[in-house]
Amino acid sequence: MAVCRKDLRVEFRTRYAYSALLMFAVTVMVTVSFTVGGFLPDSGVAAALLWIILFFSAMAGLPRIFAQEEEKGTAAALRMAAAPETVLMGKYMYNAVLLFSLAVLLVPLFFVLLNQSVLLPGLFLAVLLLGLLGLAAVSTVLAAIVAKAEAKGLLMAVLSFPVLLPLLLTAVKATHNCLAGSREGVAASMLLLFCYDGVILAASFLLFAYIWDD
Amino acid sequence: MLTRVEIKNLAKAYGQRRLFSNISVTIEYGTVFAVAGPNGAGKTTLLRIICGLLPPSAGEVSVSVDGRVLSAGERRAKIGLVSPDLELYNELSALENLEFFARLRGLPFSPEEARDLLAYVGLKGRENDLLAAFSSGLRQRLKLAYALQHRPPILVLDEPAANLDGEGVRLVENIIACQRKRGIVIMATNEPGEVAYGDRILTLGPQGHGCLPQGSAR
Amino acid sequence: MAAKIILGIWLAAVIIASFVYMSSTQGLGETGRIIIYHVPAAWIAVLAYLMATVNSLGYLRRHAIRLDRKAKVSAELGTVFCLLATVTGAIWSKAAWGLYWNWDPRQTSIVVLLLVYGAYFALRSSIADEDRRARLSAVYAIFAFLTVPFLVFIVPRVYFSLHPDLINIKERSFAMDRKMLVVFFSSLLGFTGLYAWLYNIRLRLEKLLHRAETRGEKHR
Repeated sequence: MAVCRKDLRVEFRTRYAYSALLMFAVTVMVTVSFTVGGFLPDSGVAAALLWIILFFSAMAGLPRIFAQEEEKGTAAALRMAAAPETVLMGKYMYNAVLLFSLAVLLVPLFFVLLNQSVLLPGLFLAVLLLGLLGLAAVSTVLAAIVAKAEAKGLLMAVLSFPVLLPLLLTAVKATHNCLAGSREGVAASMLLLFCYDGVILAASFLLFAYIWDD
Repeated sequence: MLTRVEIKNLAKAYGQRRLFSNISVTIEYGTVFAVAGPNGAGKTTLLRIICGLLPPSAGEVSVSVDGRVLSAGERRAKIGLVSPDLELYNELSALENLEFFARLRGLPFSPEEARDLLAYVGLKGRENDLLAAFSSGLRQRLKLAYALQHRPPILVLDEPAANLDGEGVRLVENIIACQRKRGIVIMATNEPGEVAYGDRILTLGPQGHGCLPQGSAR
Repeated sequence: MAAKIILGIWLAAVIIASFVYMSSTQGLGETGRIIIYHVPAAWIAVLAYLMATVNSLGYLRRHAIRLDRKAKVSAELGTVFCLLATVTGAIWSKAAWGLYWNWDPRQTSIVVLLLVYGAYFALRSSIADEDRRARLSAVYAIFAFLTVPFLVFIVPRVYFSLHPDLINIKERSFAMDRKMLVVFFSSLLGFTGLYAWLYNIRLRLEKLLHRAETRGEKHR
């Protein structure tokens, strides 16, 4: 809890991560909107685009959370004062808050710029929530790995994509159904997303000490 | 709370380069243990191993309180560390830094107590300034406050007087003298004056310099 | 030495038999002969990746650098055989379906495997410290492995498959006669032997490299 609040306070003062995250996402979306001329014929393509934008925004904006601590030397102060699990929990919550606040701005913009409508808004929000929770979990634990390696910027996307693939495939399919108004398979997809989030989070808590401690 | 640090056959190597080996020491309650030696002799590494921040290549460090050996996590909570490798948050003020670490440690936080602590390390009047505006000497003072905040039975000081002025050096002397009454000080330094605080002194690395061998330069 | 020669003769015999001794398959025609190479390659890839994961877990538990070497060598060999399976699969796909690539579920999952281990090697090459490299890559290998059950479940729901089924007997689109089964299992055995042989050589090489490296540092 304390870690999350500290990060939010720091972020509020500097706005490094959030402004980069938001501008990156908006740039990608405007580019897409420009090139397709504002109309997407297929809601399947729209669903895929939404998740691709979210994926790459997370990859661009979130790896800093651990790299910053390692580079500035504050990681040692954290290690001395808190258990690894406390740090992981705080960073995960911070990541999730950051992604949600991104989605709050990005998703309405997405519907406006790409002229999409969503026929099942409630289910759509639920799928979005579950997907973002998983995205935050994977990027938190992989950011901790990447913070200890060289070539941080490139490595993050390379490492995350295969791990996130089950989430992305499921979320895209479920989002497509929600946009098009078909309930079929959405419940199963949500169950799958829920299990995926749970497995990744559980594994993160079990393995984080190996990443965090030298 | 009788604290004791036991170091048994400790060795550390990076790759195949051996930094030190076979260090065995028992540090009893009420002692100042000074580690001396030239740059690169492994002083900082030894201190990091004692704190549990780095695994040793061989041997072990055990910290016990009243005869009970602590786990790695408990051990960190009993240590206050000041080190050039440990930094606090630039984006927070001195007071916010202390508040954050108090909450992280699960301690009750009272602003009055924190102000007293900051006044003790000579930061009166700077409580609400962001760390980004601090000079390196002021930062060092805040690091001392960070290490003392939870009143640890073991104080690990790596170059504690770095960047400090004359008054700051006296502050460090005072901290060491007070801690000796309440527990253990483990200190690494190059300064002969600081080494002299040590009740026990461990010197790492080669002793003194020989002459360079005649090279092929002539 | 003797094992090496026997292995060479065995595999040569399998190759000859796959063209001469067994007849073409019912349902798949002459192109079906590729099964003798494609399926064992895929099997070895899976086996090797499984060993990489097991050794990664072992490393985290026991902290012995030799387990990290085993994990690395297994992952390397797994990737080689995985590439072989991908290429032989694509060739057969061209002959049977007219396209080298069509995102069949099997093709999708094999690409995911290649991506995972590509990322694994990218991670390894960007960490200099031996111990840290071993630890972080082991953690990553475990995370990657955790996604496998999800993919097994999800991919067939998203993509429709035309891949011939070896396991599902009821709906199988072709059948192996007795001669073919003999060659197939001989090949499987031969490939497994080949893997064991390569694995030993690579592991020995890694050990020697490690020793040479540490000795070099001592003399510095």
